[in-house]
Parts: sequence; structure tokens; C-alpha cells
Amino acid sequence: MSAARTAVEVLAAAALIGGGLLALVGALGLVRLPDVGARLQAGTKPQVLGLILVCLGAAPFMGGTTEVATLALAVLFQLTTAPVLAQMVGREAHQSGIGTENLELDELAEARDAAEGER
Amino acid sequence: MSIVIAVTAALLVAAGVLTFYRLLRGPTVYDRIVALEMLVVVVISGVAVDAAAHREGANVILIVAVALVGFISSVSVLRLMPKDRL
Repeated sequence: MSAARTAVEVLAAAALIGGGLLALVGALGLVRLPDVGARLQAGTKPQVLGLILVCLGAAPFMGGTTEVATLALAVLFQLTTAPVLAQMVGREAHQSGIGTENLELDELAEARDAAEGER
Repeated sequence: MSIVIAVTAALLVAAGVLTFYRLLRGPTVYDRIVALEMLVVVVISGVAVDAAAHREGANVILIVAVALVGFISSVSVLRLMPKDRL
């Protein structure tokens, strides 16, 4: 086995373990944080980076370019949809008044009050 | 290499178990939605690690299907959830 192939495998192994660690960190944040808004942070940011690392680590072991392209498509899709879901959950939770007691600065409430006052 | 695959699989299983705890425990529906999004990502990572372990890329199309279905279902729950049944 050539040295380049071994180096690629070592990097892929490191990326796989890094991705698993980030998934674990995200899940720990989900369990330990006090509030929906905080859990949203833990549930999206380390997760997507962990997914990128795992797919980068799994890509050298795929049989051909079709599978690598499918992995890239999955990562791209997750990068696109995670912010959309996070924004929707945050907006709905704020509108229901769920996580607002832990906030230090609440600009959305001020903007909403200003919009109500203009109407 | 098999040690690396086993360690990564153990980390993903631990992440899945913790997410399940939040899914069962979460006081509001928004906690459960965030937990379900995270479960989708853990499942996708698991499929990718399995494809790397067996060097068999035939299951990779499952990733795209799970990601799509997870996104659509989360958006549907958020839009159609009645607010008095949190």
C-alpha cells in the first residue's frame, strides 16, 4: 500500500472520529442546556459540522464518484435545511412565549411590539 | 481501521441515546422537534460510517431519502401543530 493511500486513510479515520465526537457533543448539549433556544444551538451547529466530517471521512472508502456525489448532495441538503428549520422553530417558540425568560436581549419582542404599536 | 469504525459507531450510539432522552423528556414539542432533527443527522452519519466500514456504497442513497423526509416532516409538524397542545 502506498504512503499516500495510508495518509488518506489516517486522515479519514481522524475525520470519522472527529465527526462522532461532535455528534456526541451536540447530544450532550441537547440534554444539559436549560431552554429551547439553547438546545436549538446545540442541535444544529455541532451536528452539521460533525456530518461534514463524517462524510469527508467516509468518502475515500466509496467505490466510485456516484456515491461520493450522493454524500456531497446529502451534506449540501443538510446545510441548506438546518438553518431553515432552526429559524422556524425559534420563531414559533418565541411566539408561544416558551424560552423568553432566559434571554438577556430580546430584539424580536421589541420589533414585534413596535409593529403592533404601528398597527 | 476497524477500531476507528467501532469507536465512531459507539460515539454515534451514545449521541443517539442522549437524543432519545431529550425526545422522551422534552417538556414542549419544540424540544422534541429539535431532537428529531438531530436523530436524522445521527442516522445519516450512521449510514455513512457503515458504508465506509463495508466499502459498499449502495446504501448511500438512503441518506438523501432520510434527510428529505426528516425535513418535510419537521416543517409539517411546525406548521400544523395546534398551539394549545404543546
